[in-house]
Amino acid sequence: MSEPLLAIDNLRTEFHSDDGSVAAVQHLSLALAPGETLGIVGESGCGKSVTALSIMRLLPRNAGITQGRICIDGRDLSTLTEAEMRKVRGNEIGMIFQEPMTSLNPVLTIGRQLAEATMLHRGWSRREADKRALEMLNLVRIPDAERRLKEYPHQLSGGMRQRVMIAIALSCEPRVLIADEPTTALDVTIQAQILSLISELQRKLGTAVLLITHDLGVVAQTCSRVIVMYAGRKVEEATTVDLFANPLHPYTRGLLGSVPHLSNGTVPMDARLTEIPGIVPAPGQIVQGCAFASRCTLATDRCRAEEPPLVEHTPGHFAACWAVAA
Amino acid sequence: MYAYVGRRVLGTLPVILVIALVIFLILHLSGGDPAAIIAGDHATDEDIKAIRDKLGLDRPLAEQFLTWLWNVVQGDFGISIFNRVPVGTLILQRVEPTLMLTLTVIVFSIILALPMGIAAAWYAGTWIDRALMALAVLSFSLPVFVIGYGLVYAFSLQVPILPVQGYRSLADGIGPFARHMVLPTISLGLVYTALLARMTRSSFLEVLSQDYIRSARAKGMASFQLITIHALKNASVPIVTTIGSGIAVLIGGVVVTESVFAIPGIGRLTVDALLRSDFPVIQGVILVFSFFYVILNLAIDLLYTVLDPRIRY
Amino acid sequence: MVDIAALQPRVAAGRLGKLRRFAWRNPVMVFALLLFAAMILVSAFAPLITSFDPVQIDPGNRLKSPSWEHLFGTDAFGRDVFTRTLYGGRVSLAVGAAVAILTTVIGLTIGMLSGYLRAIDPMVMRVMDGIMAIPGVLLAIAIMSVTKASIGTVIFAITVAEVPRMVRVVRSAVLTIREQPYIDAAIATGTRLHRLLLKHIMPNALAPVIVQATFVFASAVIIEAYLSFLGAGTPPEIPSWGNIMAEGRSLALLAIWVILFPGLFLGLMVLATNLLGDSLRDVLDPRMRGRK
Ligand SMILES: Nc1ncnc2c1ncn2[C@@H]1O[C@H](COP(=O)(O)OP(=O)(O)O)[C@@H](O)[C@H]1O
Ligand SMILES: [Mg+2]
Repeated sequence: MSEPLLAIDNLRTEFHSDDGSVAAVQHLSLALAPGETLGIVGESGCGKSVTALSIMRLLPRNAGITQGRICIDGRDLSTLTEAEMRKVRGNEIGMIFQEPMTSLNPVLTIGRQLAEATMLHRGWSRREADKRALEMLNLVRIPDAERRLKEYPHQLSGGMRQRVMIAIALSCEPRVLIADEPTTALDVTIQAQILSLISELQRKLGTAVLLITHDLGVVAQTCSRVIVMYAGRKVEEATTVDLFANPLHPYTRGLLGSVPHLSNGTVPMDARLTEIPGIVPAPGQIVQGCAFASRCTLATDRCRAEEPPLVEHTPGHFAACWAVAA
Repeated sequence: MYAYVGRRVLGTLPVILVIALVIFLILHLSGGDPAAIIAGDHATDEDIKAIRDKLGLDRPLAEQFLTWLWNVVQGDFGISIFNRVPVGTLILQRVEPTLMLTLTVIVFSIILALPMGIAAAWYAGTWIDRALMALAVLSFSLPVFVIGYGLVYAFSLQVPILPVQGYRSLADGIGPFARHMVLPTISLGLVYTALLARMTRSSFLEVLSQDYIRSARAKGMASFQLITIHALKNASVPIVTTIGSGIAVLIGGVVVTESVFAIPGIGRLTVDALLRSDFPVIQGVILVFSFFYVILNLAIDLLYTVLDPRIRY
Repeated sequence: MVDIAALQPRVAAGRLGKLRRFAWRNPVMVFALLLFAAMILVSAFAPLITSFDPVQIDPGNRLKSPSWEHLFGTDAFGRDVFTRTLYGGRVSLAVGAAVAILTTVIGLTIGMLSGYLRAIDPMVMRVMDGIMAIPGVLLAIAIMSVTKASIGTVIFAITVAEVPRMVRVVRSAVLTIREQPYIDAAIATGTRLHRLLLKHIMPNALAPVIVQATFVFASAVIIEAYLSFLGAGTPPEIPSWGNIMAEGRSLALLAIWVILFPGLFLGLMVLATNLLGDSLRDVLDPRMRGRK
């Protein structure tokens, strides 16, 4: 495998409040190779966005990285000054967010918001930046781009806005694109269009993509490798093909709707995430052993007592589960 | 666009009508004889009768109102009891100092309040925020004349560097004008500044938590650009609204400030008229101030369409 | 069996503990309440605190600067400014309280009717907008200029200026509340209008009304002082803060203490009220935090 472009090593991110600190992400490691698409899946609240914001160093004020390293090209981001970090954002790492409806500034024109990135990072004049903005809008296939540049976000549909967000994120040709649930807020047909657009641009520009989603279907369509997160931890990692063919962790199997049921062997294929019985332990709730144990049909006393380590079962396929390890 | 402006202008008409009606009714429902009040204490019976005839005081109230309103529309606010000069003329003579004071205060307050409010929002929850907002509540609570006399005591008496009172027109040179303006501006401006700073803070606090601010950061924007380009325009609508509605507080303060610092403006005219029971002048002044307030807020309404593209005509 | 006597003190301690925790989390409110209480106490017990008379002239003692005997000095008639300032608080408190109560009662009545009865709403709101467009101090001045100066007319004049804002607060609360399902339920069960307004709508509109009443109090105290200071408020023989300062105006250069001390008390009273209003709003309605 080639040298990773983005590497996270044993990340722990905590939220602080009057009642103490709570880890939203812990013991998380990952590596993203140049040009690769890595998916992160997990239920809402499992720490996906916090991971993304940790990379960008855009965490809310009450949160902070308390452990681990995040490196891009071997450069530890935590050692950068805020000014140096700003040169990374938008320039080396681009990011798009879940909510296209609110992610664009309502009082600035599309053109202005597009131009900002290149003016900022490349020192271009507004004229040059505008030319680039037009190019980018064409690239993300927005019809009538010239006119759209002068329009305001409220004049665009949700799908259009997400295209604009992608155009903004890619306009400085960053080597990494973080897409945090880029299609969750969109209609199904628009979802597919946006995903294929991301894949296409990724091939065209050679950008590495960290695609965050709660939808395994999205992963199947776009990613070469997947990390499954549960309650702030990585519970499984594999190539997409491997994961779908041979899911190891009971949680992953639950996500795939094929977790063995003790009574009749299997649950129906259309079982959803939320149909895994039980609830995710609240962050901060002290969990002995495996965080998934309370929902797991295979849980043993050992699962409830000791946290399972992440073990490589077949080459490149990791899982953290006592039942699989045995 | 024109239709929008037209609609807005028409929308203020009922408000103006109510203002006129209220001011009219104050005199007529007070219980006293309106003609006697307008004529003043030293009037003869003939004077009173002449006024009664001119205003048609024997007619029904509605007709009187229309007569009076018609006069006002034509610029006839009546005659001052004290010096027999038309009220309109008196007010015109006094406009300059009041206008200058008001403008200076607005500029002073905006320049001070915006950075204050933005800093407080940016550092929300820290001691910077608390100190700034404590300062704002304090300025908001100290009445204009208390600040005024405090400043006079400090900067005119203890350290005599500024004039105690008086006004110099800009025509006399910028130096004397400015020196006479400093203390009145601060006295009157602090309340308004506090009002604006508080609104700026809450407005920015709201804007800074929005998704598009995070997107702008993800683009690599620095704090200063974030505030000036991305946040300011978004936060401006409530701030501008407060600039407009705060003028009401400001006008009340003008009356007191002009009387503390002996500035010969409309406020001073009001107080003099009050002490002389010169009701026509008081009536005229209130009408003028209220119209000024309504028209200013109308202008601000129209400004919204520039500030926020989502507000459609 | 449970020993009730043994439980009693613990319940009390629990309540006290809750109160203490609340106070600890709202230091501003505690400070404001203490300051406000101090203001009430010193004006109420003025005769016990000072032995001077607030109105008796003492020509031998004119314009004495502050000293141990005359903490705030004496005025042009030889009267003790400290004494007059303490008594002056009574006028401000009375006017503030009276205006706040009147405004609340009138504002609640008009606001609830206007918010509930669609037929009269546009008309009422136009009138309120019109009154609000007249700067409050000027409106009060105009009313004072056609009536005999008395504390009653001062209260009336300020109330007229303050009512529209209260009406707006009440009305917008009612408009929100009337969309709630429990109001529909009350209507469906045949509740009569006055009962509906008093039993269902009013209690739910109370939080913003209390907050607004606090600001009305502060505003009334300031406007009363303005009016008196300008010579159109409380009759000059009554020692209100505005009157004391008005008398000190001509002597501002000679005896600044006549103006500064009552001014300081005035500022403290308004500060206490504003802080109380701010902290009440934060507690009662966190969404309104920071608005004015
Ligand atoms: N602003 C916040 N304050 C406190 N806790 C937060 C905040 N944002 C997120 N968290 C915590 O971090 C966990 C992970 O959140 P997030 O990364 O947003 O989940 P998701 O996987 O849906 O993106 C949440 O379960 C929540 O407990
Ligand atoms: Mg998320």
